[in-house]
Amino acid sequence: MEFFRIKRDIPFMSYGRLTTAISLITFILAVFFLAQRGLNLGVDFTGGTVIEVSYPHAANLPQIRQAVESIDLNEATVQNFGSSKDVMIRLPLKKGVTSAQLSEQVLTALRNVDAQVEMRRVETVGAQVGQELYENGALALLLVSIGIVAYLALRFEWRFAVAAIIANMHDVVIILGFFAFFQWEFNLTVLAAVLAVLGYSVNESVVVFDRVRENFRKMRKVAVTKVIDNAITRTMSRTIITHFCTQLMVLSMLFFGGETLHNFALALTIGILFGIYSSVLVACPVALYLGVSRENLITGVEKKNNQAEMP
Amino acid sequence: MNRYPLWKYLLVVFAILMGLLYSVPNLFGEAPAVQVSLTKNVTQLDAKAMQAVEDALKQAGITYDAVMMDKTGIKVRFADTDTQIKAQDALKNALGKDYVVALNLISRSPSWLSSMGAKPMYLGLDLRGGVHFLMQVDMLAALNQASERYINDFRSTMRKERISYTGVSKEGKSILIRFSDAKELAKAEKILSRDYPDLMIKDGELSITATLSPAAETRIQEFALKQNIQTLHNRINELGVAEPVIQQQGLDRVVVQLPGVQDTAKAKEILGRTATLEVRLVDEDKSDAATLEAAGKGQVPFGDEYFVGRGGEPLLLKKKVELTGDYITDAGPGVDSQTGRSVVHVTLDNRGARIFRQVTKDNVGKRMAILLVEKGQAEVVTAPVINEEIGGGRVQISGMNNVQEATDISLLLRAGALAAPMEIIEERTVGPSMGEENIKRGMHSTLWGFAAIAIFMVAYYLIFGSVSIVALGINLLLLVAILSMLQATLTLPGLAAIALTLGMAIDANVLINERIREEIGYGNTPQAAIHAGYDRAFDTILDSNVTTMIAGLALFMFGSGPVKGFAVVHVLGILTSMFSAVVVSRAMVNLIYGYRRRINKLTIG
Repeated sequence: MEFFRIKRDIPFMSYGRLTTAISLITFILAVFFLAQRGLNLGVDFTGGTVIEVSYPHAANLPQIRQAVESIDLNEATVQNFGSSKDVMIRLPLKKGVTSAQLSEQVLTALRNVDAQVEMRRVETVGAQVGQELYENGALALLLVSIGIVAYLALRFEWRFAVAAIIANMHDVVIILGFFAFFQWEFNLTVLAAVLAVLGYSVNESVVVFDRVRENFRKMRKVAVTKVIDNAITRTMSRTIITHFCTQLMVLSMLFFGGETLHNFALALTIGILFGIYSSVLVACPVALYLGVSRENLITGVEKKNNQAEMP
Repeated sequence: MNRYPLWKYLLVVFAILMGLLYSVPNLFGEAPAVQVSLTKNVTQLDAKAMQAVEDALKQAGITYDAVMMDKTGIKVRFADTDTQIKAQDALKNALGKDYVVALNLISRSPSWLSSMGAKPMYLGLDLRGGVHFLMQVDMLAALNQASERYINDFRSTMRKERISYTGVSKEGKSILIRFSDAKELAKAEKILSRDYPDLMIKDGELSITATLSPAAETRIQEFALKQNIQTLHNRINELGVAEPVIQQQGLDRVVVQLPGVQDTAKAKEILGRTATLEVRLVDEDKSDAATLEAAGKGQVPFGDEYFVGRGGEPLLLKKKVELTGDYITDAGPGVDSQTGRSVVHVTLDNRGARIFRQVTKDNVGKRMAILLVEKGQAEVVTAPVINEEIGGGRVQISGMNNVQEATDISLLLRAGALAAPMEIIEERTVGPSMGEENIKRGMHSTLWGFAAIAIFMVAYYLIFGSVSIVALGINLLLLVAILSMLQATLTLPGLAAIALTLGMAIDANVLINERIREEIGYGNTPQAAIHAGYDRAFDTILDSNVTTMIAGLALFMFGSGPVKGFAVVHVLGILTSMFSAVVVSRAMVNLIYGYRRRINKLTIG
């Protein structure tokens, strides 16, 4: 079986203007939604309490709300979570009451109303811890970016490094944009997914760039755009099959992983889809725009050899 | 050209065997068990304790599957949870309060595996259920307490030295002493600088400012943290938790993890409780054998209380408390300069020292008992004879058997109460049903994802696809084996990372297979195509894995909780996938094709 028997190279680079425009628009939209709606940060980052309970029967939400309000917690949100039997109660931070006491109060109130309630999960994060987790997350994002740029600059050339990281940040911003637009909850697990996408999506660029470098060595008298077109076409089959396989795994997580892994898998899905697009159609035009050329990539020794061969 | 030297095949076989060996304990599942350990680490568990456990179980008519002892305690395995709970009750009654009898789960894997160190993966709290607390120690309060103590000390010092002053007060972080006379000030300054090397003394206009030196400040904070951790240890022992984790995090935080604890209300109550220390006198007038025996049977003389000491000796103590632990500023192990025996040095603050001197002066030749009072229950730690009047606030408690005991008791003395208040700033509780469900979800995700990839790869690349899938399976095997070997904490994000790593690891094989197809397309012979395919793809595989690795390491360094769990598995997965996708799959391809004389066509779809 072979899906991609492409005889002639696809002139990806001549669509450069179009693809860059598409990227730019999605990117601006993502930034717009991020600015306008903001991320729906989970308790991990904002601080607060989340209590998950489940009942052997369909949960009676109004009754639960009443129980929670009866202990003076009016700002609590009570909603179904996953199924009609599972309920999630979110409580904001409250001055004067330690969050540890808060969760006990709520559980006691719920037990008084319906003894069949079962505690599934309680998460309480103080404001300071939330702030730290947020800062550490941002720091990790920054560090990953710097690390990747440094490695690619060392292994290839700074133009490729910059192109790759632009393509990747583009993916990350779009994932965040989706989370802002749909107001999906952004928590630590999703952050892990975003950072994993950063590492994963760079793979794509690396594979294409590797091919570009190899082509520069092999195809001596061909224009740079043609070299890149050929590299993308040759690696396309692999790009799509790899992503398809990873996506199979992620879909499996989306379907079987339950609520905790749901948003994790969503972030990965968006990351994978845009990763294919950006590594090929953002990274390469950017590299081209930055003026990548044969001389940039082939090391000094090789350059001399090449010149020696030239008649 | 497609043949590996023998050692490479052997390496692959060896890796697979080790992988099997270390991942196999995960298949046996876990059995309910009861874990017995000592409340205080004063002595070690020995064969006698093991015998006692077995006898107690036999007496209660409870059948057990196995008994074993390791450094965490004696573990008894049972067939079901009903027997487990019955056994816990029986053992609690039989062994008494010196032992912690906790419910636990232990691997059902045969003992020869466990003895090789092959254990199942260590599950995090979100997979096994339990409570995670992050507690913040209020360092400001610890420092304030220290200043309060100094204020009291200053007052009594100046009273003793007959220096007149107009007032002592706390001004922010320092203590201000005001005088009406410069001569008095000079005198006070001399004495304070001599007696309190920890303080920085500065004189102003008719006043002295005393501030804690940075070194002393750090020491107070370190002490507060250490003492709080010790206190938490002692209290958690009471809770009967099988494998608690109590760790310092940063300079002023403590992580407490209690696997399997469901009653968080009780856990919080106990962690936040304060315990105290008491010094009481032994009622020597009524310490004759007959009275003691009668007291043991319940006939306690008026004004006394009956106790049994550490060594089992009966004691009648006066009810009056002479001194409480509030006066102890420090306790540490040491050696008596005269006898060379191990002792515990206790430092009292000024007021405590005064009381102590008075008590010892009045009671030379009598015994003085030191009690630890927790949860309304008092235990006599030691009851030494007072040899002489003890002044200066430095008390030496003799009668220790060895250095270890001296260390433990000094910790105990310090551990009586929390040195500084603590607040729970992060709590994560996962119910047991949720934990089980999380495991199931993670497993299902991985298995179905794996199956889908397998079907696709075999259909698309035929034999090479099958090789890729076997390599991917070996990757899973090695990853599970390494996680089991390292006993790294596996969390739900960690399970997700296993799935994701497998999904990403297939990339290497796709790269190789595509490359081989391409080489065939260029008209290379099958053998040359295989060779070139693996060779050329390797650079790309290396590059892409290094970048993924960078992301993984950054996650590990800066991530906390779930992110860290994800990162550990992710990084390990990258390493195993490099090995399995490149070396293992190549070995298989070599075995299939490398030894044939003629190959007409590669079965690569």
